[in-house]
Amino acid sequence: MEKSFLNKKPNGSPGDGAVVVENIVKHYGSNKETVQALRGVSFEVKKGEMFGIIGPDGAGKTSLFRILTTLLLPDGGSAIVNGHDIVKEYKAIRKEVGYMPGRFSLYQDLTVAENLEFFATIFNTTIEENYDLIKDIYSQIEKFKERRAGKLSGGMKQKLALSCALIHRPVVLFLDEPTTGVDVVSRKEFWDMLKQLKAQGITILVSTPYMDEAGLCDRVALIQNGQLLSVDTPQAIIGQYNRPLLAIKAQQMLRLQNDLKQYEDVEDCYPFGEYHHLVMKAGYREEQLRSFLEQHGHHSAEVCTIQPNIEDCFMALMKN
Amino acid sequence: MKQFLSFVKKEFHHILRDKRTMFILLGMPVMQILIFGFALTNEVKNSRIAVLDNANDIASTAIRSELNASRYFDIAADLHSYRDIEEAFREGKIKLVVVFPQQFNNDLQHFNTAQVQLVADASDPNVATTLVNYATSIIKDYQSRITGDRRLPYTIDTEMRMLYNPQLKGAYNFVPGVMALVLMLVCTMMTAITIVREKEMGTMEVMLVSPVRPLKIIVAKAVPYLLLSMINITTILLLSVFVLDVPINGSLLLLIGESVLFTLTTLSLGLLISSATNSQQTAMFISLTGLFLPTVLLSGFMFPIENMPLPLRIISHLVPARWYYEIARSVMIKGLGLGAIWKETLILAGMTLFFLVLSIRKFKIRLA
Amino acid sequence: MSSDYIITAEHLTKKFGDFKAVDDITFNVHKGEIFGFLGANGAGKTTAMRMLCGLSIPTEGKATVAGFDVYRQTEDIKKNIGYMSQKFSLYEDLTIRENIRFYAGIYGKSNAFIKEKTARLLKQLHLEQEANKLVGSLPLGWKQKLAFSVAIFHEPQIVFLDEPTGGVDPVTRREFWNMIYEAAEVGITVFVTTHYMDEAEYCDRISIMVDGRVEALGSPGELKRSMNAASMDEVFLKLARKATRSAD
Repeated sequence: MEKSFLNKKPNGSPGDGAVVVENIVKHYGSNKETVQALRGVSFEVKKGEMFGIIGPDGAGKTSLFRILTTLLLPDGGSAIVNGHDIVKEYKAIRKEVGYMPGRFSLYQDLTVAENLEFFATIFNTTIEENYDLIKDIYSQIEKFKERRAGKLSGGMKQKLALSCALIHRPVVLFLDEPTTGVDVVSRKEFWDMLKQLKAQGITILVSTPYMDEAGLCDRVALIQNGQLLSVDTPQAIIGQYNRPLLAIKAQQMLRLQNDLKQYEDVEDCYPFGEYHHLVMKAGYREEQLRSFLEQHGHHSAEVCTIQPNIEDCFMALMKN
Repeated sequence: MKQFLSFVKKEFHHILRDKRTMFILLGMPVMQILIFGFALTNEVKNSRIAVLDNANDIASTAIRSELNASRYFDIAADLHSYRDIEEAFREGKIKLVVVFPQQFNNDLQHFNTAQVQLVADASDPNVATTLVNYATSIIKDYQSRITGDRRLPYTIDTEMRMLYNPQLKGAYNFVPGVMALVLMLVCTMMTAITIVREKEMGTMEVMLVSPVRPLKIIVAKAVPYLLLSMINITTILLLSVFVLDVPINGSLLLLIGESVLFTLTTLSLGLLISSATNSQQTAMFISLTGLFLPTVLLSGFMFPIENMPLPLRIISHLVPARWYYEIARSVMIKGLGLGAIWKETLILAGMTLFFLVLSIRKFKIRLA
Repeated sequence: MSSDYIITAEHLTKKFGDFKAVDDITFNVHKGEIFGFLGANGAGKTTAMRMLCGLSIPTEGKATVAGFDVYRQTEDIKKNIGYMSQKFSLYEDLTIRENIRFYAGIYGKSNAFIKEKTARLLKQLHLEQEANKLVGSLPLGWKQKLAFSVAIFHEPQIVFLDEPTGGVDPVTRREFWNMIYEAAEVGITVFVTTHYMDEAEYCDRISIMVDGRVEALGSPGELKRSMNAASMDEVFLKLARKATRSAD
């Protein structure tokens, strides 16, 4: 892990980045049974960036988002959103950010149009004023204008929630796990919408448990157990992966995995889709591996060197 | 202002679209008035009594038929000996036995004094007392009629008058009580639940991350229920005047004004509960046990406060419904003006202010 | 009916009013197989799974689970299956031991059996130290692993898993799949839904539902070949894009 990066003060004045987070700590519960949700998290998001916070459930993503949207007070550290301190200037932040919580948080008994109108008025704006921003998204659900929000499908609810979060043209948009529990098709659509919003100059912070979504962000922070494992562009994170990685496939995958775990040059072996990914120690010999496989009866084994993806990196960082 | 109005509009949508709750909110006062007014009354009507007439003379027969003619009593049996009395009570249908001694008329005519024995089933003391009172007054009526204008030197006439409620109608007590109860339920419980629901649904989260001021959220929540309560007060008053024959003796305007005040008290109490709880279940539970029960038990409308032990009497001062009940009874039944209830009014106003300030201060601008 | 099949579904249909949530699906699941049941949100997966678990009576068609009829023998079905979902699994306010005891008790297992197996299970999961801790205090990944163990505690013939690994970290997710493999090794049939396409690859065979119908059925390799796709992701996208309806 790159401690030096995390501890370095962000360059320039605090107002520089859209979001500047410094050493945020958050815990829940009483003295005896405290749960550490965030253990000193620092990063900076540049203006206009699409920044992903990637980690499993319980890693601290939601706590972090709630702190940055002024819904929770941190127990330590500080953060600045769009130039405002999250504790002292929470009112200013509330005017300037858009927030879409993890679960669907609109009024189920109001219609699509009523929800949007309501959110427009509470932000002191009108649908007409910012229609151009939400047009592409809202037009997809506009034909269900009179339908109650509770009766919409998952994908449509999401589009409505995003429209509501955008209606006041926020400077920074916080999306807490917008694609969780959503199927692959809707996830793709959603990321396409985010790309368009980014093109409009909105800074976007998005959290997700899906590692494969990392590649869609400009930069990502990998988070696990309340700590950042790494903050960088997806390419750079992959570039830092410093072990040989192989993909391997044979007839009996479960036995293959168990056998390989016994092999001395294997650091880790885990299933990955139709292959197993094999993390090797530096300086391993391919011929030796092949003969090991032969010895154990994996005759038709298919082995090739591969580029790691974010999930490989995440697992490597997790196990460190 | 536009923000506020759209908030209120939204609240109305929530209420109007939840048909079942709407029905309960508007139907509940009607139900309660009817239940308390007719079914649960402690007023005595057509009570079954028995007569043991050892005299069987003009006077005893006359009183007997007067009792039977009154709407309070129905003579269900004629007994023949003292032993039958016990028997009659055991069956449980007879609540009172009127016993005339032998030579009843004779005594009355010659000694100017005669005795009637009233034996009541006092397993329900309230009913027993009421029945004895009714019977006594009927007998006294008869006595004064036969004595006419003649003032008899040695007869002491005890005369009772039931002020304000000459017929001792239960509804006179219940209507103000039901009003307090309904307002408590509608306003306190519903406002508490509606705010907590937003917390549960996660909409409060979104609302907080917006420039809306907490005060606006709170007041906008209260407005629809205030209106709903006005409808309920109107229904209750109409029902009580036209169905239960309970008059409004005092100023209607004053009564409504005081009801609005009490509605505000209950609303602010609901808001306070909502800011202290996080689940609809807890909010409901607190509203029911913490408010509904004290309202029923300690406001004085079910059980007289004077008869309570000291600790309960002290606690009853903290129950807002107690003061409203006092006010509503004074205005409606006794016909008194503001001069007589200014103290209670002030207490209610003070409570409202206290709850309101507390709930606004307690309103969390963050999630935890 | 071949005795090799543990689940058979023929023309199985479920209508809600005019809406065909499940529209005439036919498939079989072999004994001991890991069967992936995929589909976009609203494709009808949950409804189909409910019918197979004996929780919902089909409108039309035939189906048997562990040899029992889904119309008439739902009680027998329930005795012979295990069920675990992402949303409902264990009681957070009971301890690990209490949860195991409770679920085992539901299936009427003897005390000796429960005691012996609980000890074995806790050892396997390395939870001996935590046995008396509340489930709520466990990390999500542990909960899911425990929930799975509890779902197969009574040694059912089939276990139904509804998105068991949603939101779980990549390492624990794989540990979870190892547990699934182990269950399959001892002959338990695994019927699993997932949104992770790499997990689809771990299944022996998968079916993909689109608009209430089974649009594809076969091993991951077969599907990729027939759809001319490089990954399961692509297979899924190609099929799911054809969907016309989208309702949950």
